[in-house]
Amino acid sequence: MSIFSLVWSYLKAKPLNTALNIFLLSLGISVITLLLVVSRQLEQRVADNTKGIDLVVGAKGSPLQLILCNIFHIDFPTGNINLKEAEKLANHRLVKSAIPLALGDSYMNFRIIGTSQAYAELYQAELLAGDWWKEELDVTLGANVAALTKLQLGGTFESAHGLTNEGHAHEESHYKVVGIMKPTGSVVDNLILTQVKSVWHVHEEGEEKSNMSQPLDLKLIPGYSLQDSTKEITALLLKYKNPIAAIQLPRYINTQTNMQAASPAFETARLFTILGSAKTVLMGLAYLLVFISALSIFIALYNSLKERKYDLAIMRSMGASRFKLWSSVVLEGVSLTFAGTIGGLFLAHIMLFAFIQSIGDKSGLAPFHLYVEEAYLLIGGLLLGLLCSMLPAWQAYRTDIHKVLAGN
Amino acid sequence: MVSVKDIQYTYPKATTTMRFPDFDIKAGEHSLLLGESGGGKTTLLHLIGGLLQSQQGKIELDGVNVAALSAVQLDQFRGKKIGLIFQKNHLINTLTVKQNLLAATYFAGNPAAPERAVEILEELGLADKLNSKVTELSVGQAQRVAIARAVMNKPALILADEPTSALDDKNCDKVISLLLKLANHSWATLLVATHDQRLKERFNRQIELKSTQIPHP
Repeated sequence: MSIFSLVWSYLKAKPLNTALNIFLLSLGISVITLLLVVSRQLEQRVADNTKGIDLVVGAKGSPLQLILCNIFHIDFPTGNINLKEAEKLANHRLVKSAIPLALGDSYMNFRIIGTSQAYAELYQAELLAGDWWKEELDVTLGANVAALTKLQLGGTFESAHGLTNEGHAHEESHYKVVGIMKPTGSVVDNLILTQVKSVWHVHEEGEEKSNMSQPLDLKLIPGYSLQDSTKEITALLLKYKNPIAAIQLPRYINTQTNMQAASPAFETARLFTILGSAKTVLMGLAYLLVFISALSIFIALYNSLKERKYDLAIMRSMGASRFKLWSSVVLEGVSLTFAGTIGGLFLAHIMLFAFIQSIGDKSGLAPFHLYVEEAYLLIGGLLLGLLCSMLPAWQAYRTDIHKVLAGN
Repeated sequence: MVSVKDIQYTYPKATTTMRFPDFDIKAGEHSLLLGESGGGKTTLLHLIGGLLQSQQGKIELDGVNVAALSAVQLDQFRGKKIGLIFQKNHLINTLTVKQNLLAATYFAGNPAAPERAVEILEELGLADKLNSKVTELSVGQAQRVAIARAVMNKPALILADEPTSALDDKNCDKVISLLLKLANHSWATLLVATHDQRLKERFNRQIELKSTQIPHP
């Protein structure tokens, strides 16, 4: 027998009330936690993925789409840009470095990206096994791709046209796996990297042959000579040479060429502003839930004190101090909010885990990563329990034992 | 053992002050406190048990002046020295019989004594109810558990306020017999406040309570 078993007996005596109060609070807390975890991880991932990219250049269209497609690989391309123009831009005096991207095919929903070695270096990707892609049609797999497609070193596969599984298969050319990368925690994990030339090779319809002038060694695609002007890529990832470039380059590209330049920093900030208002609304709802559950706990405690009038008086008559009664009521309130908060934190991580499982583990979100704010939530939950049991506890403290036990 | 002298008590907002007669009770001298309903029996019992604090006079119990104790001392005093029984059992419904008995030692700040709980329940013929819920007991059984709870801490004094008035003749006889038996076994002195005439023949010592009401000037 202790104050804990006493409080537990009271909570157990009204199982539905207790469960409802805990569940209500859990719901509110879980929404808060979910918003916290998701927005934190999203921001972190956006920061990781845009690191080292000052400007994305692609075909004209939506700038946000350009960023989503070429950095996060979740949207479709805006179109293609001429390789010759891209090469001209890569050699611009304000450009420090340029990485070409050629999109178009996928394998089991994983995108095949024709690019240069610099792209892998951008995300500090390292090899787990095998080698980097060297020859045409050689590919190096991201960690998730290797894990989920079960492709082995030396294995071959046919790509599907388009970025989903529905496109027709390119049956005539086979990609060959020469390497597998270590997990990086960035988009590269979900990509299949190869040469730009491989992507062209797969899409070559045969008739395209050189009818061109002098060969020109390309900066973007080393070892490739530009023979005709019809070759295209999807986008360029640029790094500025100096701060002046940030002012001059986007304007130059957007006005002087038929390409479009979009800044990842600017576009993602815009995206977060849009998401931010949704987050605010959800957060407001979550706090409303927490408030209602606190009110419900307060009412439950307050009402039960009336029923327990004799219990309280008898405890005092058996030698319990006023403070003990006070603390038993506080303990009851605090255990409810503590259970609710723990339940909410647990629920949030489980929901996130279930969500990630349902979309096939491509998001890169870590469902069981804990944040220090969750500890603050826990402390907040305890304080909430203290707050809503304060008045009932004070009433228990003031119980007039003589009056109650004399029966009038 | 108990000595009451010059006790007065005024309820808040009351226009009169109650004055109680002086009396002494020796250890083991089980006594009956008789008087009219509303005559101050409960008030006096609560004053002796430390549920109320008298504003004047002296209540000595085992050499301690109850009237002079502080609030915290009074809590401890009740837990260690006094066992209380009421007309209703006032058991804690959410606990089992055993937990109710252990609660008494817990709140009094004594070490848990599950063996004593079993022992007392056996004496009361309730050993099989040890783990029953309080709500499953009959009125008579519940009152016996309340008696068991009152003697759990081996109190020096057991104060019973109309313990039999809700019971029929048969149960009344049974309860008072058990009460006397348990009081003797735990070396406690029993003081029963009642207007129940059936109890008169069971007690040698009877204190007739005639409290006087003094009007305020």
